[in-house]
Amino acid sequence: MSVTVKNIVKNHGDIRALRGITFEVTEGELFGLIGPDGAGKTTLFHILTTLLLPDEGDAHVLGIDVIAGFRNLRRRIGYMPGRFSLYPDLSVEENLSFFATIFNTTVEENYHLIQDIYHQIEPFRKRRAGDLSGGMKQKLALSCALIHKPDILFLDEPTTGVDAVSRREFWDMLGRLRVSGLTILVSTPYMDEASRCDRVALMDRGEILSVNTPAGISREFGRPLYSVTSGRRYELLKALRACTHAHSVFTFGDEVHYTDLREDFRPEMLESYLQQLGFDDVRIEQITPGVEDTLISLMSTQDTRDPIGDDNHGHKEGTNDGYNPAIKDS
Amino acid sequence: MNVNSNASIIEVQDLTRVFGNFTAVDRISFEVRRGEIFGFLGANGAGKTTAIRMLTGLLIPTSGRAEVAGFDVFTHPESIKKNIGYMSQKFSLFNDLTVFENLRFYGGIYGLSTRDIRHKTDELLERLDLAGVRDRLIRDLPLGWKQKLAFSTAVIHEPAIVFLDEPTGGVDPITRRQFWDLMYETADRGTTVFVTTHYMDEAEYCDRVSIMVDGRIDALGTPAGLRKTYGAKNVDEVFVKLARGGSV
Repeated sequence: MSVTVKNIVKNHGDIRALRGITFEVTEGELFGLIGPDGAGKTTLFHILTTLLLPDEGDAHVLGIDVIAGFRNLRRRIGYMPGRFSLYPDLSVEENLSFFATIFNTTVEENYHLIQDIYHQIEPFRKRRAGDLSGGMKQKLALSCALIHKPDILFLDEPTTGVDAVSRREFWDMLGRLRVSGLTILVSTPYMDEASRCDRVALMDRGEILSVNTPAGISREFGRPLYSVTSGRRYELLKALRACTHAHSVFTFGDEVHYTDLREDFRPEMLESYLQQLGFDDVRIEQITPGVEDTLISLMSTQDTRDPIGDDNHGHKEGTNDGYNPAIKDS
Repeated sequence: MNVNSNASIIEVQDLTRVFGNFTAVDRISFEVRRGEIFGFLGANGAGKTTAIRMLTGLLIPTSGRAEVAGFDVFTHPESIKKNIGYMSQKFSLFNDLTVFENLRFYGGIYGLSTRDIRHKTDELLERLDLAGVRDRLIRDLPLGWKQKLAFSTAVIHEPAIVFLDEPTGGVDPITRRQFWDLMYETADRGTTVFVTTHYMDEAEYCDRVSIMVDGRIDALGTPAGLRKTYGAKNVDEVFVKLARGGSV
């Protein structure tokens, strides 16, 4: 196992950042931690990269205890924090040789590891890092995290705030690194990126809701899912929510994803309901649930909890309050 | 200001902004209609932020013409600021003030009377389901609620247009959808919504979208129209085709 995490708990004051996290990552795996802000992804990365002590539980990375063996471990991990953390006043190549030097190596020695990524920013090697575009900063940060030939790579939200095209390119790079046998843990708030991972952990508010392959996550959805479309999107959304048999109704791009409470449900039943309401261009088809469908479904079953995570306040408003319907109990 | 329902609320003709020898925005032209949800897309560095800064009266253009809510961006930037709402990715809320105090502050900034502020605040808190947290400090609220509140402060003065700059970054998928509901409702009441996002599925929710590439607007249309024109499955594919000249 490259990573073994058992019952990790971490509180930041009143906030229960991690509420008992357990999972494993095997060698050579590209493993995704998927979840929104506040899920605990960064806190978990801080613990695994020996920057933060857990309150409870234990964690091993590369077989080394993250507390007892932190010195050894630090030499062997590559870490790209969520916030740009290179030296803005140093040039591109100065940053790279700085990181190589503090790990007692040289850029030349491990150049082959970063060549694929670094050659894209090499034309700008004399430029100050602070003057790079977002996509170039990201490539430089990844190069700096790799230059000491780490055995495992931690990437904290590398694609947040990055446009859709650069995101694809970044995942293509990770795919090539994975082929080289490097174990990679990457966190992201973008659900569509889950499909690029071998396995993912869906996280929300300090808990892991599920660990599975992307295909396995889809199978966890557990109900027939239908895509409903109409030219009158907002009206359609309101009509579906008003349907007494609706179990869940969520927009996905120009489609509405719908599940029904009835055991004997057939799409024609919904079609005739919508026709009665004057929708004459409705299309309904059964679809395979995606990771986002499953995460929404798993989150909705948990929403009786206090959203702030501090049970002493006595506030019981779930994040779904007033949302009609999020998911009805069945 | 008297705008009928067919009128454009934003009119832009050959708008250009040059910084030194770099043309950040290069002769863009488009119109946004009243009550429309208009998606303003583009890769990082394509010129979106510069364009938005000109449309919100924060940056004087180099050349071209633009009217926002009936006011010229060259001659009346201050009138534009009074008639628009703006919500940034970073949410300009005061962490040490309560929900109500933040609303009261922004109402005051926009020149609302104490009576109007009380009235509008009650209405917004009710509509956005925030009445229960009226007196809680912002720093104690979850991200999704801060986001709703940031939106409220941007529309408290009932602007003709609200500009939303990546409003949904980092929030969970349920909250993200609740936020889009809010935008639908807002547009339904006649307020124009001008929004940027990196989530391509959200582009599909817009009435029309424009895609900026290297300072120009290379595509503009309904999501369905763009899919058809570019032979693409979704707006994401259109975006990839345009932003990287067909590679990938």
